[in-house]
Amino acid sequence: MRKPRLAVWKFASCDGCQLSLLDLEDELLAVADALDIAYFVEASRATAPGPYDLSLVEGSITTPHDAERIRAVRRKSRHLVTIGACATAGGIQALRNFADVREFAAAVYARPEYIDSLATSTPIAAHVPVDYELHGCPINKRQLLEVVSAFLAGRRPAVSSESVCMECKRRGNVCVMVAGGAACLGPVTHAGCGALCPACDRGCYGCYGPKETPNAPSLSHWLRGLGMDGRDLRRVYRTFNAGAEAFRQESDRHDG
Amino acid sequence: MLLDGLRDAGYGLIGPMRRDGAIVFDEIDGVADLPRGWTDEQEGGRYRLRERSDGAFFGFAHGPESLKRHLHVPHQELWRAERRDGGLDIVQVAPEAPRRAFIGARACDIHAVAIQDRVLTGGAYADPHYAARRRDVFIVAVNCGEPGGTCFCASMDAGPRATGGFDIALTELMDGGRHDLLLEPGSEAGRALLATLPAREASEADRKAAAAVTDTANRKMGRRLDAARAREMLSRVPEHPRWEEVADRCLSCGNCTQVCPTCFCTTEVDSSDLAVSTASRARQWDSCFTLDFSMLHGGPVRHSTRARYRQWMTHKLATWHEQFGTAGCVGCGRCITWCPVGIDITEETAAMTAREETP
Ligand code: SF4
Ligand code: SF4
Ligand code: SF4
Repeated sequence: MRKPRLAVWKFASCDGCQLSLLDLEDELLAVADALDIAYFVEASRATAPGPYDLSLVEGSITTPHDAERIRAVRRKSRHLVTIGACATAGGIQALRNFADVREFAAAVYARPEYIDSLATSTPIAAHVPVDYELHGCPINKRQLLEVVSAFLAGRRPAVSSESVCMECKRRGNVCVMVAGGAACLGPVTHAGCGALCPACDRGCYGCYGPKETPNAPSLSHWLRGLGMDGRDLRRVYRTFNAGAEAFRQESDRHDG
Repeated sequence: MLLDGLRDAGYGLIGPMRRDGAIVFDEIDGVADLPRGWTDEQEGGRYRLRERSDGAFFGFAHGPESLKRHLHVPHQELWRAERRDGGLDIVQVAPEAPRRAFIGARACDIHAVAIQDRVLTGGAYADPHYAARRRDVFIVAVNCGEPGGTCFCASMDAGPRATGGFDIALTELMDGGRHDLLLEPGSEAGRALLATLPAREASEADRKAAAAVTDTANRKMGRRLDAARAREMLSRVPEHPRWEEVADRCLSCGNCTQVCPTCFCTTEVDSSDLAVSTASRARQWDSCFTLDFSMLHGGPVRHSTRARYRQWMTHKLATWHEQFGTAGCVGCGRCITWCPVGIDITEETAAMTAREETP
């Protein structure tokens, strides 16, 4: 039987999510056994042309050129899975969606006229149909392995969109918000990290974006009671998943 | 001395200990690990530890953990399958049966174990994993002298005094400047162990003092709930406006169900390896607050948070009776304390009954 062909693509991103694939040290050989790694420039300069059975796409769309390129990737891919907060929500660079990107360019670059970028950073699904989205900044390598394994077995990935709190309690963490008064986005955030930050006595930063049915206004109301003001609230929702609808809306409700 | 006796009898000890700003129920080595001289303050969505000056061993209510974590574990692999020579080998995961003594279990939590016994082993298909972990358990109860601000076990007939389900029950007596422990056997095993301890026979005065401890606890209980009214009312009010109001606040985060000592729902999680040559099925704690919980083909049955909260509270206080013959709530108050936004089952019940009368 022919091995399914894998391609890994990068758009506007930090490479952290595709590195999760290389970070699967113990399983990397099994990945190479199960899949024909046809295109993965982070790992090898040798690339083979499409079509590909599975494309993993990291990064958001921030330039006209990339908006074209993702269409080409889609055409060459039987299945397209986006990985990480950039690809699924626009990433930290979606902060530009709340401001004027030309001002940023002028402040950062000596010759801003060389910069050809879009006014917004948008997720891949805003440009082409996506078969599956894996959330996280960065993604959890165990979950990536699960998505690839599920693809190979032709089953649904066991990736839950429940709250981080569910993972937090299963893990046996003491709630940092209830017992410590820390601000925690766990109740509105998509599971996947295994409640990493509460396990280190920190509130959840929302790296995995909004969960299935987030009630951010109620959480914000409570966070105010814990001492946060409008500016704090606007900021907690405007991080890696600032462009995700529920977080974007909630951040807009609070004054900067 | 009691703990040494249990350890000598081959029991692993699980008891209260201080960790990460709370008193949790975990493996302890001995008396030195007990949170002596600590107490807790509990309110809706708020828990704080405080030092107390009297050096009490059990001068706190309870933390987020109950016996559930140890008997009905959060994650349990059930079976594995391996492809071999064109066929499929299916291997059942053998249940673990550790011998453990639970130190300082409260009446509410012992009632909760009885409820889980009924749910998980009472029917035609007993859960072998729970049954195995449950089998060799020794329970040292503590008659509660320090209920939390969110406790209402007295309303649910589940405390503060332990009336059964234990091997030894202990009451900490600190009246008149003394510091004694009154021990009462609740089983043959408990009686046998007590006989080995160098203790004096309790006097009538000791017994009175012990009764006074739980009487005071009863009066200090932070919350009340009219269980009979609630049961009767809940079957009639699926469209009560209060459901919508609580849904505005509820985060559908699931914390209430995870800390609840009676909530038993699990979901199955399947996995397979890259070569698609081995697969495994595990189960883990789930919650009626997740969307997947009621997922049928076409979508979840309880899509709104209103429907999910209603399902949870109605099951706890009303429909559990029809299903299992008791309430599904023992009044421990954990769902109130550990709800990140302090939603309170007693307040919701009271508000609904009040407004049902004066619509
Ligand atoms: S620490 Fe955060 S994630 Fe964990 S239970 Fe509390 S609110 Fe939820
Ligand atoms: S419903 Fe709440 S008060 Fe009742 S047993 Fe569960 S956690 Fe305790
Ligand atoms: S009642 Fe509280 S703990 Fe339970 S799901 Fe709602 S917000 Fe979470």
